[in-house]
Amino acid sequence: MSNTPSDLRYAKSHEWVRLESDGTAVIGITDYAQNSLGDITYVQLPKVGATLNAGEAFGVVESVKAASDVYLPISGTVLAVNETLNSAPETLNTEPYGAGWILKLKPVDAAQANSLMDAAAYAQANV
Amino acid sequence: MADLKRTPLRDFHAAHGARLVDFAGWEMPVQYRSILDEHKAVRRTAGLFDVSHMGEVDVRGPEALKFLQRLVTNDVASLFPGRVLYSPMCYPTGGTVDDLLVYLRAPNDYFLCINAGNIDKDLAWMRALARDFEVTLTDRSPDYALLAVQGPQAAAIVQSLTSAKLNLIKYYHFGEGTVAGVHCLLSRTGYTGEDGFELYHAAGDAVALAEALLTAGAPHGLELAGLGARDSLRLEAGYPLYGHELNTELSPLTAGLGWTVKLNKADDFNGKAALAEEKQSGSKQKVVYFKTGDRRIVRADSPVFSAGEAVGRVLSGTLSPILNEAIGSALISASAVAQPLHADIRGSAVQLTLVKPPFVPLKKT
Repeated sequence: MSNTPSDLRYAKSHEWVRLESDGTAVIGITDYAQNSLGDITYVQLPKVGATLNAGEAFGVVESVKAASDVYLPISGTVLAVNETLNSAPETLNTEPYGAGWILKLKPVDAAQANSLMDAAAYAQANV
Repeated sequence: MADLKRTPLRDFHAAHGARLVDFAGWEMPVQYRSILDEHKAVRRTAGLFDVSHMGEVDVRGPEALKFLQRLVTNDVASLFPGRVLYSPMCYPTGGTVDDLLVYLRAPNDYFLCINAGNIDKDLAWMRALARDFEVTLTDRSPDYALLAVQGPQAAAIVQSLTSAKLNLIKYYHFGEGTVAGVHCLLSRTGYTGEDGFELYHAAGDAVALAEALLTAGAPHGLELAGLGARDSLRLEAGYPLYGHELNTELSPLTAGLGWTVKLNKADDFNGKAALAEEKQSGSKQKVVYFKTGDRRIVRADSPVFSAGEAVGRVLSGTLSPILNEAIGSALISASAVAQPLHADIRGSAVQLTLVKPPFVPLKKT
């Protein structure tokens, strides 16, 4: 069974968002997504400083099986990317909600996250 | 996956957490936990593969040798009882029907192992040719299950379950014996580049044998391995896979298997004239193997470029878990072999460095 933490919001395209108390947002891919992809071998990260819209592809996650675009769940400016994934992309498999985060965002409007699925809805959609 | 064929081990795989996929019409395990970990286990200790989907054919009769000499490009006359031969079989055009293993059990008594996806095609092809010979073909595919134990610990694991003297069975030889109480044809062959055994046995014994091997192998680090690891292991070893480096259009010479084409053998064979002509005038295209120095996988069917011109396409691509870089094979114009080559991954050029496989040092017995 996939792990779906209750403090996150989820996009249909299998990314998660965690809104931090300092107003930033952390984004990654779900446990369900990493499990479906299998062994992750490469992560193409966005550029720090880039401003992207919700729904826009911000990078690519590659596994042994396939290369998949990953999409921004909410609009914002990239504050930081997880450089660990350059040397250890498999961290996405082992800790999709922790050390395997992909990017930090300064949201244009944090309230956009309210339109995403909560854990129960995401789990329901991806059993 | 209701209409897919199943091996006797299908439920065993599901119980061991396999991810099952459609492979050539068979419901097969692509991986159990991690393709990369399974691959490394085979190189480091040992892996257990279910390859029961492969086809088996008995070839018997007074003209069995004559028939096989006509059928395949390699020299079947070089076999003696207990010896295995790898060979392509070709169309008159030189394109490849399949690649197979030929076992000589006794004079006039041969056993073939053919690719799962080609069983029907191969049997039809062989039966048509067999009309001209005093030979009997019997499809044994439903009768046999096939387990492969591959890796440096493979011999020790199998030896712990059999009184057969495995040290007397050299690479590309076979014997018969009982492994964990199951009668097997023990073949020192495999498709990973490692030492190992392929155990042909009655389909009904497969679960018992697989369980016994897993238990005996556990102290040796044996892990279940799926088709994902099988593919990356064979590519790392530089072995062609039918449907990728060999197909109806590709001859064994184009594929770099010149050593399996015996133009000088006494008998005529299917494809001989075309292959002799290709050898004489040189192959127009070549299958080459490359590494990239980059972790991004160059996927099958990606175009290959030289100085901005498309000169071919990728046939197989994966990440070598041992080299930690992407490797692959490509079919390119022979004239481009010596030129700098690249592929395009999402807008950036990746250099392809041609290498003579294997990509990693292999320790075969």
